[in-house]
Amino acid sequence: MSSVEFRKELFADERQDDLKQIGRPAIRQDIRGHVTGRTAYYDDHLFERLLHMRCARSPHHHARIRSVDTSEAARMPGVQRIVLAKDVPNNLNTLLSLINFGKDDEPLIAGTKVSYRGEAVAAVIAETELQARQAAAAIRVDWEVLPHVLDVEEALKPDAPQVNAVYPDNTFDYEPYDHVKLRFGDVHKGFAAADEIVEATYQMSPIEQAPMETCGAIAVPETADRILCHTGTQALFFSLGTTAKLLDMPSSRLHFVGGTVGGGFGGKVDSITEPMAVLGAVLTGRPVKFQWDREEEMQVGAPRGAERWVIRDGVMRDGRIVARSFTGYFDSGAYTRLSSYAGTKGVGHLPGPYSIPNVAANVFCIFTNRTPATAMRGFGITGVDFAIECHMDRVAERVGIDPISLRILNAYRDGDMKAHRRTAKNTALVECCQVVADKAGWRLSAEDRAASSLTGTTAERQAIPETALDEEGRIGERRAGRVTGTAPTERSTGRLPAGTRGRDHAAIPVQRPDMEILSERVGHRMPDPAEAGGAPPLAAAAPARPTPPAASPPPARPASASPPPASPPHAAPAPPPAPPRQPEPAQPAHRSEPTAPTAPARGGHDPAPPAQPKPYEPDKPFSRGVNRPGVSRFLTGRRR
Amino acid sequence: MTLHSGRGFACINYPIGMNLGGDPAQALVHSTPDGKFMVTLSAIDLGQGMKSVTRQIAAEALGVPIDDVYVDTADSDTGPHDMGSFASRGTHRVGNAVIRAASEARAHMMEAAAEELEVSPADLDTDGAGNIHVKGAPTRRITVAETAIAAQFKQGRTLSGRGIFLIEPSGVDPDTGEMSPVTCFAHAALIIDLTVDDETGEVEVTKINSAYEVGRALNSRLVEQQLIGGAWMGVSHALYETTEPYYPDRREGPLDFNAYLMPGPGEIVPHDIAILERPAPDAPFGGKGPGEMCANPVLPAIANAVYNAVGVRIDALPITPEKILRGILAQGGARPQGQRG
Amino acid sequence: MPKIPVRFTLNEAEVGLFVEPQSNLLEALRRGAGDLSPKYGCGQGTCGACTVLIDGEPHLSCLTLAEAAEGRRIETTAGLAQGSSLHALQTAFIEGFAAQCGYCTPGMLMAAKALLDRNPRPSREEVIDAISGNLCRCTGYEPIVDAILAATEGRAA
Repeated sequence: MSSVEFRKELFADERQDDLKQIGRPAIRQDIRGHVTGRTAYYDDHLFERLLHMRCARSPHHHARIRSVDTSEAARMPGVQRIVLAKDVPNNLNTLLSLINFGKDDEPLIAGTKVSYRGEAVAAVIAETELQARQAAAAIRVDWEVLPHVLDVEEALKPDAPQVNAVYPDNTFDYEPYDHVKLRFGDVHKGFAAADEIVEATYQMSPIEQAPMETCGAIAVPETADRILCHTGTQALFFSLGTTAKLLDMPSSRLHFVGGTVGGGFGGKVDSITEPMAVLGAVLTGRPVKFQWDREEEMQVGAPRGAERWVIRDGVMRDGRIVARSFTGYFDSGAYTRLSSYAGTKGVGHLPGPYSIPNVAANVFCIFTNRTPATAMRGFGITGVDFAIECHMDRVAERVGIDPISLRILNAYRDGDMKAHRRTAKNTALVECCQVVADKAGWRLSAEDRAASSLTGTTAERQAIPETALDEEGRIGERRAGRVTGTAPTERSTGRLPAGTRGRDHAAIPVQRPDMEILSERVGHRMPDPAEAGGAPPLAAAAPARPTPPAASPPPARPASASPPPASPPHAAPAPPPAPPRQPEPAQPAHRSEPTAPTAPARGGHDPAPPAQPKPYEPDKPFSRGVNRPGVSRFLTGRRR
Repeated sequence: MTLHSGRGFACINYPIGMNLGGDPAQALVHSTPDGKFMVTLSAIDLGQGMKSVTRQIAAEALGVPIDDVYVDTADSDTGPHDMGSFASRGTHRVGNAVIRAASEARAHMMEAAAEELEVSPADLDTDGAGNIHVKGAPTRRITVAETAIAAQFKQGRTLSGRGIFLIEPSGVDPDTGEMSPVTCFAHAALIIDLTVDDETGEVEVTKINSAYEVGRALNSRLVEQQLIGGAWMGVSHALYETTEPYYPDRREGPLDFNAYLMPGPGEIVPHDIAILERPAPDAPFGGKGPGEMCANPVLPAIANAVYNAVGVRIDALPITPEKILRGILAQGGARPQGQRG
Repeated sequence: MPKIPVRFTLNEAEVGLFVEPQSNLLEALRRGAGDLSPKYGCGQGTCGACTVLIDGEPHLSCLTLAEAAEGRRIETTAGLAQGSSLHALQTAFIEGFAAQCGYCTPGMLMAAKALLDRNPRPSREEVIDAISGNLCRCTGYEPIVDAILAATEGRAA
């Protein structure tokens, strides 16, 4: 019923289709195991005297734990051990602490307070799953119920209940602000100049990843005082590092085995079952399995976070969008998990695949008394794409332009400047629009059919405009009632000169020349060495120099450069020379290179060069990345 | 009751790899005594085909048949570090690490073969079928198996390689949001045809046309798996799925698959796909990861098609019959917006 | 409570086990008999990953009491191939790229085998009906339906 076609004629001159193994429909390496039932997922390992772990969970959205009475549960048949917060050696963590981002804000087992319904307050380890389940139900907790907040905008109010003591304002700290800012040009000036303003609010629903295999792990005491952990994690060393940290164990005592997982879709990054199972094995000296049932998977396991997006567009009658602002609310639930990352990733995605000269965004990661949110397929992007693309249709209707035509008109092209101040390259949105319209019989104008991602940029589209800055929304101001608005403010407090940008970041070159693939074997046109600043092929363009906009059509490789393997040997001319090798372990010498000016537009249509950019290094970036590449917290279980 | 036809469009781009970089992947490659190759990783195969695509990448970079390569993952005692399978980073990050490890192993293999053939390694090439030959003289050759045996048992040489791939981590300027998010993007555009029943509010998606730009389809069938399955998930997200039907209220949350709804085999939508390939310069053989982006355009395209069919804009997912009926009621009946295209 | 003795045939081999009262057939097969091919997906009878054949009929082993297997003939995916020779369904799933994560595959194959055993030439609708209790989160179902139909054609040839 469905069909697949390859449109090989598009971008053909950037590709060599002479690869021998790549592209072939080779059967999956794992498929024979799948169809014979021999594929071993984490739970497909049998152990003598396996114990089972189940949790007692909060029935309240928000409550203080006065006391936990485990006496009845401890006497029940088969119960081997009851695990409480005090049994977790280092009971506070945040997932991204492994890359130095965010503050530890979540216990493995709650000890003093729960902040969402379903939060674990104790675990029972018993001989059978049923016994563990019955004993967990017999644990009595004396609760002091606290007021709760479930809505993101309610949570921003000064009198909202405080969800997470580590973030008393109910917002993640993007130092020095309580949100991520994007400022490119001056949206308010853009709105004033626009013919039409189109504004709407979009709401993404919380969604369960719903892999067929639920989250789980089996931990087994191994020789040499180590613990073996079979796991369904999506991130082996994330789970290992998190376990080492929470349990204050050297990572060398942990042996994690996984890699064969019954679906994930983002829901198996959170690394909860692994430290729980390992803790159980440490406490009992026996193999322990901790497996979520489907109900836990659906209501305790972190869903795709619900996002709310407010989009406001300024559009001209001819369909050009001249200003676009966003107010985004990521519902993080009670703890950070990965929502802080999604906020930043979402901002890096704005304003969608379009060239818009004035863009602003305020994006919040907000704590509510809900199940913590986490990654899911399209994380940080799916929700905002839903909002942007629904909004594009609203704009098209307002100005009376065909929806696809509106996209092609505003689509980003090679060489355009994006709102995060990096040059677009390797774009293909226009071609996707044209191909799908053709397939579905959606008629496009001759102009739209002639459009191309390779052309259409202009000096104006390549330029970074003068930018209106503000300092509204510093951490704590909102709680103190000094700030109420959430949308990007009209009250600017400064201007950043046109053209201001820092340097690009790219792949770090190979550490030894032997690790670099020969350029004639990669199947596509490598960046011109001159253009790439002499960087090796896989390092792409040298970070400090933006690819010249609308790079002239790739020099077509001589057809003879890709002879089929069977061609007469003597007829095959020498392959083109490889680009110069990087001489030695390349320390990123580019780190201090100055920024190159944006190249002028192609074809000389628009000879006026954009404003001369000056080297710019943001003086106080908040760090998300590893500060020192190569020195990883994965290597130690200790908190620093 | 009337069935109203609607057509909706959406297009997207999608960032490949962890935002802001700083997410390394490593790979190890070594040969068996008779010239088969083992790739050792810590990457996770959760169905997307990590083992299969890295196997194919390693075979291409080594210059040997796919069947002569086996991928072993993920055992923390033997596999080198990898961040994990998320953010569409597997193909790009792990694939590049595999290329680097395989390239180093290949360099050793070519040196070993050159010693046996008494030529310079630079004069040699592989045929992808298990042989190494002198460029321009295919009869002067040695098999990969013979090369590996000679390397190990005669020359005392290991045919192995190590690879790491890392995008230098970027920060974010708190005042402007300036950052280097990722180095390449995949693209997609999609058209949905559907019908809306104005009596029940039910939506039936009848056709999907799509164009996906994936850099290079490293395995055409694995890409097809992702695109068909991903679009299915997009339909599911748009029309059915939520853990909290009355968000932000937490009542009525589903506890099983009887209440958590997804389309079944009875609701398969015919999906005609066009694949475009504009290789990304820093991606393995140009290939961008298609696994996440494939679902994204479906959601807004369905919302836009519902509006086209009955004139009701649903801005809060999922697009349930209840929301559609309330919208139709509020405007006094369905308002078809006319045929598109 | 004392354990209960249960005897049945599993993929044509005789099996005798002592099972916990109230325990289900899925656990008896997996941890008792060591056949790990049926999978736990929900424990609620809503996903089909644990589907096995009891006397030729598909059953959800997570909702079947282990003691109810007494004297029955049980088939699982682990017994689908004859030695190293794959069943037509298995070949069709391989060639049709009808699995991704593979977790639903053993249940799908059992549901499909039950159909083909009683109806060797099913229509597309009959295939869809036969697997409608088996969930898959990866494939979108179409490759699975196509593979099952391909297996029937292979048989006819």
